[in-house]
Amino acid sequence: MNDPILEMRGVSKSFFGIKALRAVDLTVYAGEVHALMGENGAGKSTLMKILSGAYRPDPGGEIRIEGHPVRIEGPLGGRNAGIAIIYQELSLAPNLTVAENIYLGREISRSGMLARGEMRDGVGSILKRLGADFVPSTLVAHLSMGQRQLVEIARALHARSKILIMDEPTTALSAGESARLFALIRQLRAEGLAIIYISHRMDEVYALGDRVTVLRDGRLVGSLDKGEIRADTIVRMMVGRDVSSFYKKDHDPEAGRGHPVLAAIDMADGQRVKGCSLTVHAGEVVGLAGLVGAGRTELAHLIIGASPRTSGRLELEGRPIEIRTPGEALEAGIAYLTEDRKALGLFLDMSCLDNINLAVLGRDAKLGWWLDRDKARERADRAFAGLSIRAANVGVPAGGLSGGNQQKLLLSRLLAIAPKVLILDEPTRGVDVGAKSEIYSIIDNLAKAGTAILVISSDLPEIIGICDRVVVMRAGHIGGEVARGSNSPLTQEDIMAFATGMEHLDA
Amino acid sequence: MPDNGAAEVKSAPTTTNGAAAETRRQRMRVLISALGMLPVLLILCIGFHFLSEGRFFTGQNLGIVLQQAAVNTVLAAGMTFVILTGGIDLSVGSILAASAMAGLTLSKLPELGMLWLPASVLTGLGFGIVNGALIALLRLPPFIVTLGSLTAVRGLARLLGADTTVFNPSIPYAFIGNGSLTLVPGVASIPWLSVIALLVIVISWLVLRRTVLGVHIYAVGGNESAARLAGIKVWAVLIFVYGISGLFAGLGGAMQAARLYAANGLQLGQSYELDAITAVILGGTSFVGGIGSIWGTLVGALIIAVLSNGLILVGVSDIWQYVIKGLVIIGAVALDRYRLQGSART
Repeated sequence: MNDPILEMRGVSKSFFGIKALRAVDLTVYAGEVHALMGENGAGKSTLMKILSGAYRPDPGGEIRIEGHPVRIEGPLGGRNAGIAIIYQELSLAPNLTVAENIYLGREISRSGMLARGEMRDGVGSILKRLGADFVPSTLVAHLSMGQRQLVEIARALHARSKILIMDEPTTALSAGESARLFALIRQLRAEGLAIIYISHRMDEVYALGDRVTVLRDGRLVGSLDKGEIRADTIVRMMVGRDVSSFYKKDHDPEAGRGHPVLAAIDMADGQRVKGCSLTVHAGEVVGLAGLVGAGRTELAHLIIGASPRTSGRLELEGRPIEIRTPGEALEAGIAYLTEDRKALGLFLDMSCLDNINLAVLGRDAKLGWWLDRDKARERADRAFAGLSIRAANVGVPAGGLSGGNQQKLLLSRLLAIAPKVLILDEPTRGVDVGAKSEIYSIIDNLAKAGTAILVISSDLPEIIGICDRVVVMRAGHIGGEVARGSNSPLTQEDIMAFATGMEHLDA
Repeated sequence: MPDNGAAEVKSAPTTTNGAAAETRRQRMRVLISALGMLPVLLILCIGFHFLSEGRFFTGQNLGIVLQQAAVNTVLAAGMTFVILTGGIDLSVGSILAASAMAGLTLSKLPELGMLWLPASVLTGLGFGIVNGALIALLRLPPFIVTLGSLTAVRGLARLLGADTTVFNPSIPYAFIGNGSLTLVPGVASIPWLSVIALLVIVISWLVLRRTVLGVHIYAVGGNESAARLAGIKVWAVLIFVYGISGLFAGLGGAMQAARLYAANGLQLGQSYELDAITAVILGGTSFVGGIGSIWGTLVGALIIAVLSNGLILVGVSDIWQYVIKGLVIIGAVALDRYRLQGSART
């Protein structure tokens, strides 16, 4: 092989005496996709921030780029060293155009005036090379998540970066957009770029990774070459133990299924949802699949009354019910876990205790409005133990918890109301492997106890792993339904066929 | 935060140690944020005591400071509710004036005179609820709504007294403005205005920290969309906080009326909103909402009163008082940000 483009030797980083990274080595070659894996908190983000210049590594380690030792310092350090990072939360300004975003901080000016034309032309050629279907003068606010990612990649190429780091780039993408992104990554690899690809998803690492490096607890566990990449090996390296059955589904879909609990009939909002009906039974886990933008989250918001509907009605346990606000949904026993826990779910500055109790404060209160602090404390302790939420104590702010623990925190708020219907929107997004399997077993136990569960997910292996039946949405309609039979398992192909509208072609 | 992640995957014995250390650090942090600006207040007091050659810490002077702080403390308490939800109430000075005018006008009527005090407070509450309704139901920005009522209510205040100063030398309950509650006869007493201010602080603390509504106020300020999805009636919370701010402004108006036996719709309460906002910010309450405490606000209001009083004692000219006050406010908040850097929001 050729000489490495990036070499890190013995890089450490500590925060106030806590080692976040201990003597990590990483070698990356030009023209390879190097997958970086590890649970949340394993040190991936710290490593990345060192490469971007946001953190300064502890003295002792060494970073070489193309053989030369470098010091990456300050926010522009990474860019000047030829490293571009695309974060999970994209760092684009939505109120500016594509061209303005790409040139941000490096605008071309002619005697103090912006040279817009020149900038547009410069961006245009790169966008063409990437196969973009939008023009440089488009406002970023008008672009889909997939298109925005393309803008980030274009920005990296425009800065002549040699190393591109992508942090879970597919979390917000639909399956189609992900496929396009993969093709693009392969193209960039062929052009000689080194790509460090951070992901929790095994199928992506299979599809893309030339080599895999696994971190755990701030330490390097090891690197695997293409031939050695196997799911069980990687999971074992990540968690340090065997994970025998990752998806947990012990509840019996046939015997366990009870009466219909929630029936949504002909729901529509006049925009994204165009007449959808679905039923969820007691003790049943129903998947709601579909491409991003198919209207799944919007349908869930209609059901819980978070957005106004133009038609449709709901039945709860066979009786018609009117739900106009999320508060009424909670009172009726319909709980919804948002896909965006930071923006729409948690109160990051408030304690875990308050976050857990928020939905039941009124119910627990003495005289209707005095807080029952003992009861709240007890409930929080129970949630911490029952869902194994890991934090110093129930009083710490929710913002300090890892993604998986935040998700369990939010889930425990919903469970506090003992819901009849639980709607989970991307329950494992941005959650590490350990917490994922814990969330799956929580879902399984709830189904066993007779809760009706609707799971919205873009992660097809997850849907197949935990659901009894899958309803597929396409462009605001119910595109089809796939049920698990005794000898016909759910398949990704069936679901994707309904999601993309290809089922007629097959037949 | 990398330290959390690291602690999470450690083996059992280290986790216990780490958790203990984390708890200790947490407690330290809580203590520091609870103390907040208290050290600054104490340093100012001691500094002024020496600079004024021992005239600051006298019973009489402390009484004056407490009395001067009282009205602003009450306004700032209401402002704390509003700012905790991420809003702002610019109209409290005007509402104070209108409430005082309404109260004084009523106090001159022979039959209804005794009702002037509740009338003042209710006038404030009414204006506050109008503010809240405009903000919560029409979804208008708080800054704009209260900027509008700052002007409009000022006009109404002038209208109430036909643009003159209303006097009532025999106003009922005048003792709350100038009397003192005797604690130890002949030794210690505390102005009634300060007693009211302290009661307001205690009640505010109870509401914010011990009731469901209080948690909902913090929740709305921390994340309004999440609050809505969690089933909280955000509109009701908003109407409540602006209502409370108006109510406390009305109470402040009554306190001023009782103290001065007079009110002028044009002059009373001019730019009081700025002192109230300053007290809240000095108290460490976050301008974006969701973080803060009512005790911090009390300390903030006391800092402002101590500064005014101390600078006069030391003999600084009126003009320089403005400059120094402004610089101390900026400096104190800068110090606060620096001190809390470690525990900034994520």
